[in-house]
Amino acid sequence: MTRLLDDRRSMLGNFTDSALRAPASAIPWLQRLRRDALERFQAAGFPTTRDEEWRLTNVAPIARTAFDPAPAQMPPVAGELAGEFSFGADAAAEIVLVNGRFAPQLSRTGELPAGVRVASLAEAMQESPELVERHLGRYVDLSRHPFAALNTAHLHDGAFIHVPRGAQVRRPIHVLCVSVPGERPTAAYPRVLAVFGETAQATLVESYVGAGKAMYFTGAVTEIIAEAGAHIDHCKLQQSSLEAWHIAAMQVQLARGATFISHSATLGGRLTRNDLDVILDGEGADATLNGLVIIGGEQHVDNHTLLKHEKPNCPSHELYKHVLDGRSSAVFKGKIFVQKGAQKTDSKQTSKSLLLSDEATMNSQPALEIYADDVKCTHGSTTGPVDEEQVFYLRSRGVSLEAARHLLTYAFAADITRRIRVEPVRRRLEDFMAAQHGLPQDLRITDLGAHDEKAR
Amino acid sequence: MPLLEIKNLHARVAAPGGREILKGVDLTIDKGQVHAIMGKNGSGKSTLAQVLMGRETYEVTDGQVLYKGRDLLELSAEERAREGIFLAFQYPVEIPGVSTSYFLKAAVNAIRKHRNEPELDAMDFLKLVKEKMKLLKMDQSFMNRAVNEGFSGGEKKRNEIFQMAVINPTLALMDETDSGLDIDALKVVANGANSLRTPDRAILIVTHYQRLLNYIEPDCVHVMMDGRIVKSGGKELAVQLEERGYDWVEKEIAQLAL
Repeated sequence: MTRLLDDRRSMLGNFTDSALRAPASAIPWLQRLRRDALERFQAAGFPTTRDEEWRLTNVAPIARTAFDPAPAQMPPVAGELAGEFSFGADAAAEIVLVNGRFAPQLSRTGELPAGVRVASLAEAMQESPELVERHLGRYVDLSRHPFAALNTAHLHDGAFIHVPRGAQVRRPIHVLCVSVPGERPTAAYPRVLAVFGETAQATLVESYVGAGKAMYFTGAVTEIIAEAGAHIDHCKLQQSSLEAWHIAAMQVQLARGATFISHSATLGGRLTRNDLDVILDGEGADATLNGLVIIGGEQHVDNHTLLKHEKPNCPSHELYKHVLDGRSSAVFKGKIFVQKGAQKTDSKQTSKSLLLSDEATMNSQPALEIYADDVKCTHGSTTGPVDEEQVFYLRSRGVSLEAARHLLTYAFAADITRRIRVEPVRRRLEDFMAAQHGLPQDLRITDLGAHDEKAR
Repeated sequence: MPLLEIKNLHARVAAPGGREILKGVDLTIDKGQVHAIMGKNGSGKSTLAQVLMGRETYEVTDGQVLYKGRDLLELSAEERAREGIFLAFQYPVEIPGVSTSYFLKAAVNAIRKHRNEPELDAMDFLKLVKEKMKLLKMDQSFMNRAVNEGFSGGEKKRNEIFQMAVINPTLALMDETDSGLDIDALKVVANGANSLRTPDRAILIVTHYQRLLNYIEPDCVHVMMDGRIVKSGGKELAVQLEERGYDWVEKEIAQLAL
């Protein structure tokens, strides 16, 4: 049973207590970071739907739930779940967090190119304290992200990735966050810090998974720092349980000429909120943010992205696609901010949504804030059911109505998946879609053929 | 038994208060024949082609259509396709994300399955497709492109006839296939259509101009006006229409009505 807390103070108190009970740290700067974050969270409290940034996503059910802290003992089923979602030999390294805690027995961090480090965050704080201190919690704006403050108030472990200057890691580095609640709902606060040195090249994948209908809350924070000329391919796969709440803040700092390509896929969760802030903080930095949301039933997904152009000559591209069935709802708010002096910014944002049911709803809102005068910023948004002209065209060739709808839905989503260069992620998404639409096994993205629009 | 028999067909736009477009069409097409329906824009000729294919944006309010002696109007669009009817669209639809190859294979196999024929495997399909591509002078890379996406008007029309050649229908409906084609493309497209001229098939060409009929010679030409076929004749009627326009037919009809 879920205990409900109605009084606002006791709601906050419950989360405050859990932060105070989280394993203590002997590191003074970390103690300070946690204490400041907790104070900030206590002062701000949970956002409500009166808050502009949270108008369409109601987190009251999270605030009202009395969560148990993640059990210190790892539940045996976590191993099975981790096995199911593991990349195996496809990953260069795999770090598994169970309910936000590092699980060494499930992780594999050896055999990496010289200097590359994949470890638990707690370990990294001992081994490379300066590097961790320099970056951890330094970029996320806690005043804008209350749940990031809550995460930071609990901060004691997580995943740490460091790819030093010039190093290349060809296979993906996989951070697998597994949630396995006990008898009562559990809260977990996974934390990922990834630092990429000058001209480093790597692929980072985050997976958030949970079984069946388990009830739990994940409040995740990921910080990515890319030094000059680094090239990062990032994927986030969210396949939580259908009763789970997932709220994540991701902060990306790009230095001169750094490239960041992100693909975010949300398939699971009862309620999901992703805040993705990318700061293009050096000339020629290049960001591509693509997203795919495939939901149904009562699921709700809210993606907020910020592309902050601080320096001139930075391109950014964004394409988010939503497939909404049942009574599901989704929000996309894409903000492009262009700082004074960030001339020749070239930013393109597109949101496309396919409504498979009359009861599904989509809310898409672009937000442009531009203080430079020589820039190119475009945005576009479309929402609608499967195109009847396309359906009739297929039917006129003998394809059944149902098969036509499935094929067109698959093709709509495949427009994103075919851009994903990380094979195990693409395969998982394809399998998910093919299973959902009863499509033949031989229908693969490659079969869908070349799409002439430049794939980015 | 005629291949297609249309009797007093009435159809309107399927919406509350939808306008009536077909106002009593009568037309009989035998196997082995090529018929052409000509008429001004808005006369209802394209609507007739779409209604025959089973487009649900039109509602049949009266009349009958028999195809091989069976009630055609009872069948859904996909059932009609599987029974051998093909519509070459006036405005072919773009389907981003679906390759021409996958699309066409799905179509061919849906039809074969309906006829209890084994589905074509990749090799057999490729063989069939290559032969027809040659006929339509098309490049192989075409198969890997998304259906009609980014195609020029001419390429789209050519793709329609290519599909028609691969699917090999019993009754082909060609809706304004000639519009947007230059003379070379027109010849190629006509060549593709003529390859379907066999004693057990038929073609119905809907067109505004006589141009295409120089290359696909019709057995019968019909003039459509305000939702009815008002005049029928041989191929010389098309030439007359080209030379004299449609006004004289209108006058003739008006006089007959007096």
